Amino acid sequence: MTQLFETTKGLTDKAMHYCPGCAHGIIHRLVGEVLVELGVLGKTIGVAPVGCSVLAYDYFNCDMHEAAHGRAPAVGTGVKRMLPDNVVFTYQGDGDLASIGAAEIVHAAHRGEKITTIFVNNAIYGMTGGQMAPTTLIGQKATTSPYGRDEALTGKPLKVCEMLATIDGAVFVERVTVHNVAGIRKTKKAIKKAFQVQLDGKGFGIVEILSTCPTGWGQTPVESCVWLEENMISYYPLGNFRTPEEAK
Amino acid sequence: MATEKIIMAGFGGQGIMSMGQLLTYAGMIEDKQVSWSPSYGPEMRGGTANCSVIVSDSLIGSPIINNDATASVVMNLPSLLKFEKQVIKGGNLVVNSSLIEKKAERKDLNVYYVAANEIATEIGNNKVANMVILGAYIELTKIVSQESIVEAMKKVFGPSKQHLVELNKEALKCGAKEV
Amino acid sequence: MDKVLMKGNEAIAEAAIKAGCDCFFGYPITPQNEVPEYMAKHMAKSGGVFIQAESEVAAINMVYGASGAGFRVMTSTSSPGMALKQEGISYLVGAELPAVIVNISRGGPGLGSIQSSQSDYFQVTRGGGNGDYRIIVFAPSSIQEAVDLTAKAFDLADYYRNPVIVLGDGMIGQMMEPVEFYLTKNRTLPTKDWATTGTNGERKPNIINSLALVSEDLERHNYKLQKKYDEMEEKEVMYETHKMQGAEIVLVAYGTTSRITKNAIDSLRESGIKAGLIRPITLWPFPNKAFNEIPKPAKSILVVEMSMGQMIDDVRIANEGRLPIHFHGRPGGMIPTPEEIVEKAKEIVGGAK
Repeated sequence: MTQLFETTKGLTDKAMHYCPGCAHGIIHRLVGEVLVELGVLGKTIGVAPVGCSVLAYDYFNCDMHEAAHGRAPAVGTGVKRMLPDNVVFTYQGDGDLASIGAAEIVHAAHRGEKITTIFVNNAIYGMTGGQMAPTTLIGQKATTSPYGRDEALTGKPLKVCEMLATIDGAVFVERVTVHNVAGIRKTKKAIKKAFQVQLDGKGFGIVEILSTCPTGWGQTPVESCVWLEENMISYYPLGNFRTPEEAK
Repeated sequence: MATEKIIMAGFGGQGIMSMGQLLTYAGMIEDKQVSWSPSYGPEMRGGTANCSVIVSDSLIGSPIINNDATASVVMNLPSLLKFEKQVIKGGNLVVNSSLIEKKAERKDLNVYYVAANEIATEIGNNKVANMVILGAYIELTKIVSQESIVEAMKKVFGPSKQHLVELNKEALKCGAKEV
Repeated sequence: MDKVLMKGNEAIAEAAIKAGCDCFFGYPITPQNEVPEYMAKHMAKSGGVFIQAESEVAAINMVYGASGAGFRVMTSTSSPGMALKQEGISYLVGAELPAVIVNISRGGPGLGSIQSSQSDYFQVTRGGGNGDYRIIVFAPSSIQEAVDLTAKAFDLADYYRNPVIVLGDGMIGQMMEPVEFYLTKNRTLPTKDWATTGTNGERKPNIINSLALVSEDLERHNYKLQKKYDEMEEKEVMYETHKMQGAEIVLVAYGTTSRITKNAIDSLRESGIKAGLIRPITLWPFPNKAFNEIPKPAKSILVVEMSMGQMIDDVRIANEGRLPIHFHGRPGGMIPTPEEIVEKAKEIVGGAK
């Protein structure tokens, strides 16, 4: 019998807890595959966030830290500075990274920490039950913006890639999406480049991945992919914001 | 000598802290019990500076001097106004008369006026005024020897500043002659 | 080794380096700045890592990362900064990570002052972090003791896989005294086979974690932690008694205040009042034992603190209702004088007769 498919060694066999239609599973797999393909899984230490991916430490098949909300870049800094020859990544959502962890991500980039951040932006707080995030779109309903996000009260959504691209230490900054197959392929390429930048010792790298939250958005998985394409990409343009010369 | 409690005070840049540290270090070299505590905080940024030094034959309890100084060494007017009153009856008050025109008010102290800055300038560097006045103070009380202060300098001054030891030694001697 | 004259903050930093501290993460705050400054200067020379973090919150989380990777790590701060570190401290305990945390405390509440104070007693012994946890707290009263206890803190942290706090008031941080550094005899320490150093494909992943969503699991984890706290209470209590023989009044004080109290005790004894001192060296575990051994003639206890009386609760527990407890304290960065303490003690003794 010919084996047509196998799961990546970069992930454990543990069944994931994510909701149906959630893209965390896809993104986990892409990260796991990249770590295996780069041959660095055995020297990788990941840092999981608080949020839906809080249990990521059970899914990645490498040493893991579970960090406090938003602090993953600081925890990653502590690990990487002590183990400079190892590979360190943080896996964070938008509430974790763009809100409570805004200082930590900015300063990890500012110091040029040689770590890689996988930033999953689904425009909402998923785990706590669908509250408004800094990335929630104007007019988007969330449990703490029941009438739709109002710019007058809460400002405009935070564009993390654009912000970090102003920081010299952030040498690789790219926004991608996983709502369709082409996007998933590009996402894997971006993740690989970001880790390669770390392996080359260039500095801080982040891949922002636009993702869906069918449960939090109150949509079917298919509807959510359409909603992402129609609403998120126009506000959060895809593309590369920063690449070191050699990696282009 | 049982216990000497000295307040040293002046403005930032007069070498108050280092004068106190050298005295403390010298006490340690002579196997005495010593402590040095600074005033710290915003007043250190160019304002007044003072430190408390205790040199004793017995274990030091509180490192804090609280109206029980055996001596005050004051390098500027605000320090005289503040620390004259903290000296115990019969204690010593050493005043830098180069910068303080006012005379001490208390009659129950042994007051010494030393023109520390003039003397320092005469021997070559205004900056060693602190050593002039320290020389005067240790001559008065003999709590440590001049040699111990010089030995302390050799340890405290970095390699690049060893050439300054001779000048500072000279300043101590000149100060000692003033009392 | 010869004695050297050092500032408390610098001596603590040097003691840490000599104890094998691999890395330091901190943030500027008075009156502890000489600790990170000394580390910045000397860590590079000793091959260690120094980072000035963006905040105390980030610093304690860098501690979490480095400790999880298996390294000896320290951070230092002062009172308001300690408040910010509480989040990370709770996580360190939960994930069973060793770390040494130095708090050179200052007056509060709020931004307070930068002068010496002891109003962090609650914060360090009760903690501001969430969850059932305990931390050994050392309260040195001299620079030499600060040095010795800092070295010991690293060993205890590794032994128990729990943070250890060294609490100095601003006076301990800022004053200079002669110190000697000598290697303490290390206790046998467990290997850090739990550290995240990469699996190399040779073992199952190591996970540093304080999350346990199943209540039964978290309960078991808490029982496990409690066993460690029980062992600490049994083995790690440290205190000093001073002139306790025949004491009619027992003073209780720690840190700088205990030194002032010793001066007061001398004056009291000169005027015919037999006073003694219990000085807790570990604030947690608290030296309850010392209170069981208070001699018969003692009629009262006087607690002296640079606060409004945060240690009184522990003294009450240790005293078990035997003697009346009095208090004298100066908050806000003021330091009690021996005269004040003598006066208060005389008032108590007089009143008791």
